Amino acid sequence: MGQDAGDGLISFRGVQKTYDGEILIVRDLNLEVRRGEFVTLLGPSGSGKTTCLMMLAGFETPTAGEIRLGGRVINKVPPHQRNMGMVFQNYALFPHMTVAENLAFPLAARKLAKPDITEKVARALAMVRMEAFATRFPQQLSGGQQQRIALARALVFNPEVVLMDEPLGALDKQLREHMQLEIKHIHESLGVTVVFVTHDQGEALTMSNRIAVFNHGIIQQCDVPSQLYEEPANAFVASFIGENNALAGTVESAGDGLCQVRLADGSAILARQGDAGGPGSAATVSIRPERVELDDAVAGDPNRLPAAVREMIYLGDHVRVRMEVAGNTNFVAKVPISHVSPAMTVGAAMTVGLPAAHLRAFASP
Amino acid sequence: MTALDDTQATAPGSVPLRVQLRRAERITKLKYLGLIAPLAIFLAVTFLWPIGALLWHSVDNPEVVEALPETTKLLRSWDRKALPDEAVFAAFARDLAAAHGNPALAGAAKRLNMERSGFRSQLMNTGRKLRVEAGQSAKAAVLAADARWGEVSSWQALARNSTPFTAFYLLAALDHKIADDGSIVHADPDQTIYVEILLRTLWMSVIVTLISLALAYPLAYLLATIPSKSSNLLMIMVLLPFWTSVLVRVAAWIVLLQNEGPINRALVGLGIVDEPLQLVFNRLGVYIAMVHILLPFAVLPLYSVMKGISPSYVRAAVSLGSPPFRSFWKIYFPLTLPGIGAGGLLVFILSMGYYITPALLGSPREQMASYFVAFYVNETTNWGMAAALSTILLAATLVLYIIYSRYFGPARVNQVAPR
Ligand SMILES: Nc1ncnc2c1ncn2[C@@H]1O[C@H](COP(=O)(O)OP(=O)(O)OP(=O)(O)O)[C@@H](O)[C@H]1O
Ligand SMILES: [Mg+2]
Repeated sequence: MGQDAGDGLISFRGVQKTYDGEILIVRDLNLEVRRGEFVTLLGPSGSGKTTCLMMLAGFETPTAGEIRLGGRVINKVPPHQRNMGMVFQNYALFPHMTVAENLAFPLAARKLAKPDITEKVARALAMVRMEAFATRFPQQLSGGQQQRIALARALVFNPEVVLMDEPLGALDKQLREHMQLEIKHIHESLGVTVVFVTHDQGEALTMSNRIAVFNHGIIQQCDVPSQLYEEPANAFVASFIGENNALAGTVESAGDGLCQVRLADGSAILARQGDAGGPGSAATVSIRPERVELDDAVAGDPNRLPAAVREMIYLGDHVRVRMEVAGNTNFVAKVPISHVSPAMTVGAAMTVGLPAAHLRAFASP
Repeated sequence: MTALDDTQATAPGSVPLRVQLRRAERITKLKYLGLIAPLAIFLAVTFLWPIGALLWHSVDNPEVVEALPETTKLLRSWDRKALPDEAVFAAFARDLAAAHGNPALAGAAKRLNMERSGFRSQLMNTGRKLRVEAGQSAKAAVLAADARWGEVSSWQALARNSTPFTAFYLLAALDHKIADDGSIVHADPDQTIYVEILLRTLWMSVIVTLISLALAYPLAYLLATIPSKSSNLLMIMVLLPFWTSVLVRVAAWIVLLQNEGPINRALVGLGIVDEPLQLVFNRLGVYIAMVHILLPFAVLPLYSVMKGISPSYVRAAVSLGSPPFRSFWKIYFPLTLPGIGAGGLLVFILSMGYYITPALLGSPREQMASYFVAFYVNETTNWGMAAALSTILLAATLVLYIIYSRYFGPARVNQVAPR
């Protein structure tokens, strides 16, 4: 969760934003970004990620709350004085300027001396390995090359913070994955602070130090990638990041970080307490497909449920088994190829075990 | 097996298939031709033909050759220094006798009068009086009819018109003429008005274009940036002037701007001025009305260019540390240059041909080239001068268009940066 550590560079405190005076696009944003960190805002479309980034860049003003940069409130600082580099989704390279002129633009705006500009432009081009393209116009470059130039332009003036709004959205999958690593390496070598926006969870997991998961204008959880995956804070995060099996039920008793949930089909299981409420409240128990155990491994597990195999998909290193469990017909287990037994066939009745350590009870969304 | 049979069946048929395709394409091509044919014919009849006729009339010079065929034929090989010899005089006498009472002679007399005033009576008189008595030389008879035939310059004027084409009108439209010795010289000071008129036309068009662009730019920017709901309404207001005829609008401006009009009455009533301002029947009135009429032609191209400029460019510039005005000037403005070029060119070309507005709202000193074209067509039926003035206007417009396409042309729209 957000830490109020001393080296916090950017902080959002109680930030709200509405465009029309009725709907709060950002409801209550509290986020600390430390110096040198790579933080990703991840969330479904329309969840307010771009709005947050625009408030940070200064193109939108928060309706309430404050945004600080290095301890100073910047709500009223105009965007051109914020010293933040920005990479836009469509790159926004100036079409009437060459690559070198594009890179020189922020430096000229800062009134640097000519030789200084030339040197910095050359260095920035070298950083993204685009030295040979200095005299080209943007529309003479491929999408990936434009991307690199946009990145170099956002970095060339050594900003404290670089903001990126889905910069890889327009690239094909292979190039996107390549650029993810490239951006990550540049971040590591420069130590610049990056706030990155995406709705692609794989991208977020690959690149980020921390990920803030957005939904409905609220940060649902902000944590390092492994924690988000292993310890989701609520049903939204559990289902948004990675694959997830959810079973609906009602909390019967709770205590000691564990709770007893009665499922729709009448069976009772024990799960770790997520954000589920007290006895009587509706809950969803959720488990990752790779944590589901089948038949022989199940023996000692108290959470055992009958299952009927609906489909088996062979994927080389593992088999995806789709089953019907406690009324959920889309319950998936990933079984390593070494654990696949001949008894697993479509239509077979089996028993699944749901280890309580990996089973979490969340309030029903 | 059926699939295999199918492929085998079509393999030998591949040649007929190609022929079939070509036939099908020919039909499509004919259809397309049919679709554009009405426009092509319309353009040829209403555009290419008139322009061709215009260029033709500006050099066409048939009158003298028609009226005096033999004389002009001989004069073409005359050295134009000393008086022509007896053979020419004889031919001249025969031509005049043949042309007597023929309207062609009057046409030639009118044409020659443009070269030298007094030539009309000289020719008509000679035609009436000339009698070659038996045994008398033709030269003596002609000189007896009118002594001015003894001057070389009379024959030089005839010789200048002995060919069916002439640069006379084009030179006159540029205040020049061909002197008696064949060289090109400035026209007489009392006849040099056209260069001034052409310069005035250019100058007034430049001013109207600049005012229109200055007014249109912020308006187009507003239209391109505000939400489409309000911009649609605003756009209708921009286009509103198109709904009324130019004449009605000019009349409305006269009513508004005249000394007893509402504007002057309000100014005097409010004590801002003591005397009514002269707002109309001078250059100011012409500018006001022309800008009003031409403004939409500047707004529309600017608007369409601005609409295509993503707001993220200026945002990117600002985020890179460039203050708002610098971002506008360095990024937004250069991207709108194609719109400025297109809108400016359109307004300029239209202004160059303006006729009604200056005619009704200006004093004689505001009349533009088109006024004189109309004057020559309607008042003096001098097609040559009308066509020559139009040709000069057309040439000036073409030169401008070539300059425009060099700096703003389609190839440069996206890749400007000549340095
Ligand atoms: N300028 C604006 N005026 C009014 N509403 C806006 C404006 N910008 C965004 N919104 C609304 O705010 C909400 C959040 O938009 P935002 O662009 O922040 O979403 P996002 O998380 O970036 O989504 P995406 O992943 O699709 O980019 C959306 O419902 C959008 O319609
Ligand atoms: Mg967005």
